[in-house]
Amino acid sequence: MTEFAGWLMPLRYGSETAEHNAVRSAAALFDLSHMGEIAVTGPGAGEALDYAVCGWPSALAPGRARYTMLCAPDGGVLDDLVIYRQAADRFLVVANAANTARVLGELEKRCADAAVRDETAVTALIAIQGPNASRILSLVTDVPLDGLRYYAGAYGTVAGRPAWIARTGYTGEDGFEIFCSPEDAEPVWTALSGAGGAGGAGGADGAALPAAGLAARDTLRLEAGMPLYGNELGPDVTPYEAGLGRVVRLDKPGDFVGRAALAARAAEGPRRTLVGLVARSRRVPRHGYAVLSSAGTPVGVVTSGAPSPTLGVPIAMAYVETGAAGPFGIDVRGKTEPADVTQLPFYDRSKQR
Amino acid sequence: MSVPAELRYTEEHEWVAIDGDTASVGITDYAAQSLGDVVYVSLPAVGSTVSAGEPCGEVESTKSVSDLYSPVDGEVTEVNEELDDDPGLVNAEPYGAGWMFRVRIAAGPDGEAALPPGLLSPAEYDELTKSAG
Repeated sequence: MTEFAGWLMPLRYGSETAEHNAVRSAAALFDLSHMGEIAVTGPGAGEALDYAVCGWPSALAPGRARYTMLCAPDGGVLDDLVIYRQAADRFLVVANAANTARVLGELEKRCADAAVRDETAVTALIAIQGPNASRILSLVTDVPLDGLRYYAGAYGTVAGRPAWIARTGYTGEDGFEIFCSPEDAEPVWTALSGAGGAGGAGGADGAALPAAGLAARDTLRLEAGMPLYGNELGPDVTPYEAGLGRVVRLDKPGDFVGRAALAARAAEGPRRTLVGLVARSRRVPRHGYAVLSSAGTPVGVVTSGAPSPTLGVPIAMAYVETGAAGPFGIDVRGKTEPADVTQLPFYDRSKQR
Repeated sequence: MSVPAELRYTEEHEWVAIDGDTASVGITDYAAQSLGDVVYVSLPAVGSTVSAGEPCGEVESTKSVSDLYSPVDGEVTEVNEELDDDPGLVNAEPYGAGWMFRVRIAAGPDGEAALPPGLLSPAEYDELTKSAG
């Protein structure tokens, strides 16, 4: 167990590698109740959010979701978010646990024409992720999952309990996130766990669906090339450096917080570039390690790195000076280890199957 | 979590088995469980000289990297090459197939293999892990 943004969370339930592999090959459950949930409601909610974030929430159809960011006036990223349009006048903003208070404060300031309510304490979040997730969840939900597209959500039940069921996740696999009341979290978890065993999808015959902890969640998202706030994203980074300029909707009408700074940054191009690195040695490039040019001069820094269970080699994401070309060296505790630049993501499920 | 009675321990969460002038070294069950899945172990070269309390290798797990220390002064006589192909042995059998290296312990002034002061008994090590939470 580990302390995480004020929550006590399991880093791993057993072997984090087995948990990672279960998500890639079958399915596993995650308890993500630490995530922040903020409801923005009212007839003006969509337009209010258009001003508050760099995406275009009012253009979302009810039942759809979008990955977006909350930026500072200077374009720096204050948090990355998923926004679900649950109804015409109700949006659910999901924030990182460590940033929930900040996101809530900013939304309260920025969304004058909407009601902003922190629902974190009254919302549990359980994710089921993996190629078998749909088959398992379909055994215990009334929502027709075949009709539920990626980044879509619907109200329904899981194990008879009311829930918002969305086809989203942070693993690079197909999967679902189930938002329900904390009182219903245990029966929902138990039902999914049992369905995983009954469906023969969880692992060994009759075994319950495995649970996966924060360690597996981190290696899964890293393989999928997904940024983590605090590593790839922060107030000193704009979405453009992170290669996520597409989330900035400069084409939407009206002003929004950070528009002028982001438009200028879009025009001048990124100052740093996020790259994927594959190590040639078995020593792992980790957060904060220096990236060196072939001549040995520092040209960047590793933001996330881990041994990749799927690829069997250490992988990393790093910010390097725009224009710097690999292969790079990585200063792994005083000794330079070579690493090759690779296209992100490291793992793309559509290319595996 | 097991702490075998026949071994000695260090504050760096390593175990030492003394057999004559040879010390076999590995990391404890507690260490293996704290690190999580071990993915790579960098071991000292056979024939190299190691000093008690000095780093002589690395243990990489999913979430972290830790120094590997020699608990004794001496010369490395053997390393566990199985770990190269299967570092998970460290998690599976930390006191058995997951052993790491062997050292011929340097002789002290009296000509006998000299153990450094401060090696912990099983009871003392058990106490250490409990106070560490």
